[in-house]
Amino acid sequence: MRLAPKAKAPTPKSEQIILFRVGGALFAVSSSSVQEVRSVDSLAGAAAEIKSSTIKKVRHTVQRGDQTLFVVNGTIHFGLPLTPGTLLFILRQTRTALLIDGIERMTSMSQLQALPAAFHGAERQWYRGLTALDQTVIPVVNPEGFLTEHEVVQLQRSISETELADAAREQGGVPL
Amino acid sequence: MTTLAVTAPAGALPEIALQSVVLLRLGERRFAIAATQISELVAPSRLFKFPHQSPRVEGVILRRGRIVPVCEVAERLLGKKLSARRFYLIAIRNYGTHPEWVAIPVTGECELINSEVTEASPTDAPHIAGWISHDGNVIEVLDVSALTNRPEEVPFNARRLANVTAQPEVTL
Repeated sequence: MRLAPKAKAPTPKSEQIILFRVGGALFAVSSSSVQEVRSVDSLAGAAAEIKSSTIKKVRHTVQRGDQTLFVVNGTIHFGLPLTPGTLLFILRQTRTALLIDGIERMTSMSQLQALPAAFHGAERQWYRGLTALDQTVIPVVNPEGFLTEHEVVQLQRSISETELADAAREQGGVPL
Repeated sequence: MTTLAVTAPAGALPEIALQSVVLLRLGERRFAIAATQISELVAPSRLFKFPHQSPRVEGVILRRGRIVPVCEVAERLLGKKLSARRFYLIAIRNYGTHPEWVAIPVTGECELINSEVTEASPTDAPHIAGWISHDGNVIEVLDVSALTNRPEEVPFNARRLANVTAQPEVTL
């Protein structure tokens, strides 16, 4: 009679993440949520300013295919001291291009702990949870938490108003 | 058929029970928490901070692989923040039916004692679960859930007050 093979301990599922800095603070985002990483320099000329933006953290848009993405300044979003952003994360399945200071490294996490219930503010939308890496706790951002649907509508309206104002100015023509 | 309701006569003494409580120190004052609400007492470890908008949460610590929020309670209890801390008292806090650990910074030694706990009255502050008398001092027994409550949560004492006022009047 043969003994049944010992059941292997289940290997914890791991998720590839990118560690990045915003305003000096460290965050993580799932690699699968990042469609593209662009340097701010490479976007010079491609970004358009939203002149009448009511959302302080969004001042520019970037055109990607037929979609307009909103550039969210990470430091303003998280209420951190302003730092010059150098990179943009184009976040998959969102209208967000996140302005960050830089990428720290890529790694993997095996456990994502839900944000403790003691946290009750906007951070519940900002983060998917927390992870412990090398004896450090890092918040894992929620790609959909940078802009609410309401904010997207407001931004869209601001763009339309800017476009209308520009068109009116053009129609006014050059004075003879 | 007549149903008789038994009610405590007006002016009756509050209920008294012997309970295990943990005495803790915050600055110059001492407080108590029911031992059943305490998980452990740990030395201060590294506090991890990240952006958030929960004013009473200082950050988180790592304890036995768990991420535990550190709740600042000194400001609420003493009217000022305390930067010094000697231990973290890890308390069990219920969010609805879901229990979670929270770390409460304390500034001095803690002591486990058995004491008679007098229930708080409806007029006491929401975070007071009762009172004990120890070493000639009257000490507040804290309700961890009310002390660390979120803005949308109804304070413990407000619930108690609601229950009291909802009771029918005593007919003599």
